[in-house]
Amino acid sequence: MSERVLMKGNEAIAEAAIQAGCRFFFGYPITPQNELPEYMSRRMPQVEGTFLQAESEVAAINMVYGAAGAGARVMTSSSSPGISLKQEGISYLAGAELPAVIVNIVRGGPGLGSIQPSQGAYFQAVKGGGHGDYRLLVLAPANLQEAVDLVTEAFDLADLYRNPVLILGDGLLGQMMEPVEFRKLPSRELPPKTWATTGMRHHPHKNIINSLVLDAPGLEKHILHLQEKYARMNLHEQRAKSLHCADAEVVIVAYGSTARIAKTAVMSLRQSGLKVGLFRPVTLWPFPVNTLSELVPKVKAFLTVEMNAGQMVEDVKLAVNGARPVHFYGRMGGMVPTPEEISSECVRVLGGVR
Amino acid sequence: MAKVFARPESLVDMQSHYCPGCTHGIIHRLIAEVMDELKFADRAIGVAPVGCAVLGYMYFACDMHQAAHGRAPAVATGIKRVVPDGVVFTYQGDGDLASIGCAEIVHAAARGENITTIFVNNGIYGMTGGQMAPTTLPGDKTSTSPYGRDTHKQGFPIRVAEMLATLDGPAYIARVSVHSVPNIVRARRAIKKAFEYQIAGKGFTLVEVLSTCPTNWGLTPLEALDKVAKDMLPYYPLGEYKDIESGAGAKK
Repeated sequence: MSERVLMKGNEAIAEAAIQAGCRFFFGYPITPQNELPEYMSRRMPQVEGTFLQAESEVAAINMVYGAAGAGARVMTSSSSPGISLKQEGISYLAGAELPAVIVNIVRGGPGLGSIQPSQGAYFQAVKGGGHGDYRLLVLAPANLQEAVDLVTEAFDLADLYRNPVLILGDGLLGQMMEPVEFRKLPSRELPPKTWATTGMRHHPHKNIINSLVLDAPGLEKHILHLQEKYARMNLHEQRAKSLHCADAEVVIVAYGSTARIAKTAVMSLRQSGLKVGLFRPVTLWPFPVNTLSELVPKVKAFLTVEMNAGQMVEDVKLAVNGARPVHFYGRMGGMVPTPEEISSECVRVLGGVR
Repeated sequence: MAKVFARPESLVDMQSHYCPGCTHGIIHRLIAEVMDELKFADRAIGVAPVGCAVLGYMYFACDMHQAAHGRAPAVATGIKRVVPDGVVFTYQGDGDLASIGCAEIVHAAARGENITTIFVNNGIYGMTGGQMAPTTLPGDKTSTSPYGRDTHKQGFPIRVAEMLATLDGPAYIARVSVHSVPNIVRARRAIKKAFEYQIAGKGFTLVEVLSTCPTNWGLTPLEALDKVAKDMLPYYPLGEYKDIESGAGAKK
């Protein structure tokens, strides 16, 4: 498939996974991501893959743990409350160093919250979520083409680092329709899965998939090994996109759907002659500290815009490290900020720096 | 001189962490004997639980996963779907399977997932220090039922074999015991049948094995074996609760 096709976000993400060689999907229904497992249930049999609707999100992520341990390219998807239930399994995946792709089409929280779009899962995605010293590679697409490209690449990244990768979308991305093209990625050198539990007929010694290390020095060594891996991910995988940042006095920092709305605000403010830019993290972990901190000397202030009560703003503040004011504007509970709201907030910040 | 008794090849030659008198060792051995006899160790993939058998991944000479508490049937499902010609089994205790992992075992059974579960029921949480299990007998004292299990407040024990045998998915469900030699022989037979059914692709198989916990029961190993015969057998009757070949447990 190389022509552009009009698809819904959830379905485009599912097809991207199929194109990336994912042949195992374990899921559980939850709005607003239902089109993703539904698509997989139709598509997997056509490619001799496996779709299984698990009895719960907890079971689904543990099926992922089993399939990933046996060496398969495997994915699960859910939305906020369901992702909370998957946190135990995600921690085990990280501890046992298993590659898998997890999609979170975020909705409003806390609790059962709402089914409308939200970015309230940022902390959960980038600061752990489950127990223990682990990190996920967190990718945040802002449009469906980027979602397709990132999902395709996510499987390679998961295999490369032997680490779960989280695609952090939201209800807007999941439900919108846009033209997408499924492109072949340049092929990467990926390590062979010599550790996979396919039976000892395939390898000389028994393979064990495990996250238990009972002796303290042993576990500390394992955690240090993980930290070394996360340091490599931090070094090589930081990604961000900038728009009109070269001469900007105020830079808006936003990711995902919110960044698209912020882009509209930036374009209209630019038409009014105001020097405003947009910095959009594509990787939320590792957070693109390097490119963001390069902006600090050139910029008078930052405005972080999120669909939450202020989560990524903490990472922006860490990157800016007190050198410039970092403002915040957020909408919550499924409320989506308008370009006008963001523009007027930006004008207010600009007024303060002049 | 002919060798009449040896360690099964499918059991790793190492000291286990199990307490003296605990019957986990016997059950491990039976599984390993069956692996040897049916010659599937090179395509076996086992899943160890959380609980006393958490280190089970070290003892079987085959590929192993360690799973989160109660999730072994889901993990085994993921493995089996990826390696359909593998022989996939879970080894789970009563807290793991009958309490926190109830949903996973019920649905693996309902799907007729072609895996084998060895369910070790000793009516207590051993690893965490002898707390009440979903299978603790009424009146039995544990560290969280110090006055004895009061069914008015703490409910009734779950009979897992009978419960799962009501489902259409399983191919074979049996309850056996390892408190005496004749019972050990019967247990081995049931475990062998379960794995044979999986290899033949017949569907979900589970063998519940009544087991002891001398340490947390506060009994000697011999007294513990007696308790299985005297107290557990009346509540947990032995037998084949479902066998799609003989029709046992089939819907009337």
